Amino acid sequence: MSLVRDIITIAAVSAGAFFFLAGTVGLLRFPDTLTRLHALTKADNLGLGLVVLGLLPQATSLRDGLKLISIWLLGLLAGATVSQLIARTARQGEPAK
Amino acid sequence: MSIAAAFEVALAAVVLGLGIWTIAVRETYSATVGFVAYGLLVALIWVRLDAVDVALTEAAIGGGLGGVLLLGAAARLRDAGPTAAEAPGKVVRVTAAILSVLTAAALAGAVLLLPDPAPTLAPKAVANASATGLANPVTNVLMAFRAMDTMLEKVVLLLAIIGVWSLAPDDAWGGHPGPRHQADPLGVLVFLARLLPPIGIVVGIYIFWTGANHPGGAFQGGAILASMWLLAIMAGLTDTPPVGRRWLRFILVAGPGLFLVVGLGGLWFGAAFLAYPPAQAKPLILGIEVAMILTIAATLGLLLAGAPERSVK
Amino acid sequence: MSGPTVFGLCAAVAVGLGLYGLITNPHPLRKIIAFNLLGSGVFLLFGAVGRRGAAASVGNDPVPQALVITGVVVAFSATALAIALLLRLFQKTGSTTLSSGAPPNASSDPSGG
Repeated sequence: MSLVRDIITIAAVSAGAFFFLAGTVGLLRFPDTLTRLHALTKADNLGLGLVVLGLLPQATSLRDGLKLISIWLLGLLAGATVSQLIARTARQGEPAK
Repeated sequence: MSIAAAFEVALAAVVLGLGIWTIAVRETYSATVGFVAYGLLVALIWVRLDAVDVALTEAAIGGGLGGVLLLGAAARLRDAGPTAAEAPGKVVRVTAAILSVLTAAALAGAVLLLPDPAPTLAPKAVANASATGLANPVTNVLMAFRAMDTMLEKVVLLLAIIGVWSLAPDDAWGGHPGPRHQADPLGVLVFLARLLPPIGIVVGIYIFWTGANHPGGAFQGGAILASMWLLAIMAGLTDTPPVGRRWLRFILVAGPGLFLVVGLGGLWFGAAFLAYPPAQAKPLILGIEVAMILTIAATLGLLLAGAPERSVK
Repeated sequence: MSGPTVFGLCAAVAVGLGLYGLITNPHPLRKIIAFNLLGSGVFLLFGAVGRRGAAASVGNDPVPQALVITGVVVAFSATALAIALLLRLFQKTGSTTLSSGAPPNASSDPSGG
């Protein structure tokens, strides 16, 4: 049973790491702030969700699992808000197009 | 080389690379951002070193609140004239480089020559844990075995706040610190500032309360409470309190004050300054910590708010 | 090469970097950042020493940990005071230069920032 758990953890965390990598590639390669923010927010939220999903089988109790999920939700909330604020500031800074 | 060792070397390399970039980059704002990222990665190093309490403190205070402090300052100083004209000449640079390399080499040599087996106080700390009844050895050390250091640290925080407040211009003496923040009342920041603080306050108190037996403590919890307060201030939902208010000053003094009172009580009724009677050690420590977390949250928040700028109308 | 040694060497380099940045960067905010880098390197050194002192089912010697926690808070308050001083200097003189020979900026706005 613990082998199955470990396999799920490794698979999910690797997928999450791949999404983080994809988001970072987007950060480096996309042309302007708004597209970069889009890549970062989407990929990073999904990556964090996959990492948390992968860590859930390793949690020793229901409380630990709920804590992991709440970490993901708080990360989602903070990331969404901050990227909105950055995007609005970037939009205001640009000359009218 | 095992996977863990490879990970540690990679982490150290990334941290050092970030450090070099932070020192070398041209733009001050970029250096600030680099420092925040550096602080968060150093918190990872602390977890790797099995010091979770310190990792929490570094992430919350070093990376989080310190980052807010530096970012705010970098934003306000963006209009300052460039100081690049005063960049030191070649001789100073080379001398500084030689000095830095020598210092780093000396420390590296000391690290490589550390005695083996390493001297440690961990067994003594664990063996004496029955004196307080708390299971977290770091909390034991902070609140019981080296309580004097913690008390004096609260006094240092108080001194820092007095120093910051004394920078107020004459017409703003005793007034509100920092500018009045405004934000779109229907916008995202206000939404976050309404949604997050209740959750954050619960998390902060939880981290403080669980510090008795698990990693956590008053400093980490206080930093989270301070950041929730600052979030509400930055969204314009509340204003910074005028620094002349008595209740504010009472909160700032409550932590070190209670600590001092308990310490003197130990001197009068017990064996020495800050000696807890064994039967009441745990309630005394928890009581001191409650006062401490309020003081820490208020002090950290006010340190970030800055010197008073607007007078009380 | 064990974990504490790797991070101890990392700490030594961080101290060197911070020292170099403190001396050579003319902008005061960069000096403050370099000073914080220096401080975090010193704390990491404590952490490496503490890790080597792991014993009695405790992963890291609690005494250096407590010292570092104290140190982080004190370093933060020192940084806050330094930045308050810097912002006040900027308010008064309109520039962040630390050299004493610069004439005060005649158009400085005492309430600006």
